[in-house]
Amino acid sequence: MSWLTDFVRPKIQALVGRPDQPENLWHKCPACEQMIFYRELIEADYVCPHCGHHMRLGVKRRLEMLFDDGRYQRIELPKVEPDPLRFRDQKRYSDRLREHQAKTGEQDAIIVAHGTIAGNKAVVAALSFEFMGGSMGVAVGDGLIAAARLAVLQQAPLIAITASGGARMQEGILSLMQMPRTVIAVNEVKDAGLPYIVVFTDPTTGGVSASFAMLSDIAIAEPGAIIGFAGPRVIEETIRQTLPPGFQRAEYLLEHGMVDMVVKRHELRATLGRLIDLLANPKPAAAIVPFHANDADRAQAIDVEVADARPERDAAE
Amino acid sequence: MRHFLEFEKPIAELEGKIAELRHLNADGEVNIEEEISKLQAKVDRQIRTTYSKLTAWQKTLVARHPDRPHFLDYVAGLITDFTPLAGDRVYGDDSAVLGGLGRFRGRSVMVIGTEKGKDTETRVKHRFGAGYPEGYRKARRLMEMADRFRLPVITFVDTAGAFPGIEAEQRGQAEAIARSIEACLALRTPLVSVIVGEGGSGGAIALATGNRVYMLEHSIYSVISPEGCASILWRSAANAQDAAEALKLTAQDLLQFRVIDGIIEEPLGGAHRNPEAAIQAVGDRVEQALAELSEIDGGVLRARRKEKFLDMHQTLAA
Repeated sequence: MSWLTDFVRPKIQALVGRPDQPENLWHKCPACEQMIFYRELIEADYVCPHCGHHMRLGVKRRLEMLFDDGRYQRIELPKVEPDPLRFRDQKRYSDRLREHQAKTGEQDAIIVAHGTIAGNKAVVAALSFEFMGGSMGVAVGDGLIAAARLAVLQQAPLIAITASGGARMQEGILSLMQMPRTVIAVNEVKDAGLPYIVVFTDPTTGGVSASFAMLSDIAIAEPGAIIGFAGPRVIEETIRQTLPPGFQRAEYLLEHGMVDMVVKRHELRATLGRLIDLLANPKPAAAIVPFHANDADRAQAIDVEVADARPERDAAE
Repeated sequence: MRHFLEFEKPIAELEGKIAELRHLNADGEVNIEEEISKLQAKVDRQIRTTYSKLTAWQKTLVARHPDRPHFLDYVAGLITDFTPLAGDRVYGDDSAVLGGLGRFRGRSVMVIGTEKGKDTETRVKHRFGAGYPEGYRKARRLMEMADRFRLPVITFVDTAGAFPGIEAEQRGQAEAIARSIEACLALRTPLVSVIVGEGGSGGAIALATGNRVYMLEHSIYSVISPEGCASILWRSAANAQDAAEALKLTAQDLLQFRVIDGIIEEPLGGAHRNPEAAIQAVGDRVEQALAELSEIDGGVLRARRKEKFLDMHQTLAA
């Protein structure tokens, strides 16, 4: 690997917008091991057409799938000082950052967007696993705070879509401090009486799961997603325990009472739409006022009331 | 027997010489006091030099020193009428995260901390200070109680991290930590936290989201252990020393990042050489902090705590 392959090529690809893999390739499902035509896999949003296994999905496609008509607006996130520790392992952190920025075309591992879901306003903060494993450093903390404040400003629910290995260790203690920061952020949303929903995608572990991700009103998990505090490898190495089958998978968490539901990728938008509607529009719609068929005068009077009481939302439809 | 660290060898040799001299002259025939005091001065000089320039890795070793005072030593030295409180009211009682009511220099307080244990038996009992979910849920329960009775909370942190294991995951380790951080942030009474040894990641911040966070001079506080970091980024735990440097995990580094509010000086040669002095130094600093914070309205205390943590996106002090 060189500067050319690590930096220049991905940058050019990001500019041209062509994915790394040619479209004529076959992809093997890691679960059922059946071969899937690559284009078919993209069309299925990385859900195996044979066994329904959910593979990781890029963050932009995910946003498109959630918002009405695939339309949303991103907000610009605060600029952060890169590499506060001047961290260097076998590589400089600042170089790693630049590579991931070039590869993904993003500044960091979080995207904040707003739009409507099933007609209701919503703010979405989505972590991108492609960007350094979705790890949480100062930029992610700042992004989540910005998302929370936008939700409060718009009086909209906050939806966090998580995909992260945990804290970004290259930012040392400052990454750990993003745990209380993001807890504060999501509590601003909750204190404002707005719904806070988390969608756990594969994987969500470490500092992300042990902070804002576990504090939602409603926790939704994608099928098969690994969700936990310590990652499976860490547990095996530290405690030398063999992990039971299905350990830390979404279904396991559901069984242990840690999430409300496991929802398939293609049903997520409808589920979120329904939940937001239930929480954001709690009052009965005026149109369902009981109708007394034998009292025509009264019925007429009610019709007038109904017309007056119709909320703007309905009127706009 | 005193436990010496690798880099303390020259100190150990000198101290050994003194002991030997004393032993040879047990009957007091020759006056060796002059010689001994010369040697002692040399030892002190040696300790001073060694401890004034400890590397990040050496500090990691000092922070983990088995003779260093642990949670229960601080409780014994600083808290009277200590009354441990047990259980999370959900599943069980944790033996790594401990807590209870007590009196600290006249004030009723809630004390919470992680206990590492001092010998094999107690280390196993306390699981080396690695908390189970029920430990963090107990901490949350005690903080909520402290809030209800308007009691200040003191936390002593000394842990390699929250327990990473099957049973902890089954019972929701991540959620328990998140809720404990939330409980710290919700308190309307002063929360003063001291990192007395190792401040290990989520298991530490769960108890240390305080109005004041102090570190003992040779303690460490990090998002991941040097060994863990090395095995991921260097692909070998053998690079732990490099990782310790890179992570900037010393009290001195953290003060520069303004992540902590102050450093508590340790006795010459580290807390393990004079535990009682270290314990009282911690007590003095906590007392001073509580005196300042107890003047402040509860709502303001909570708001300031939040502001303080929200501010932690800055780099080195300008």
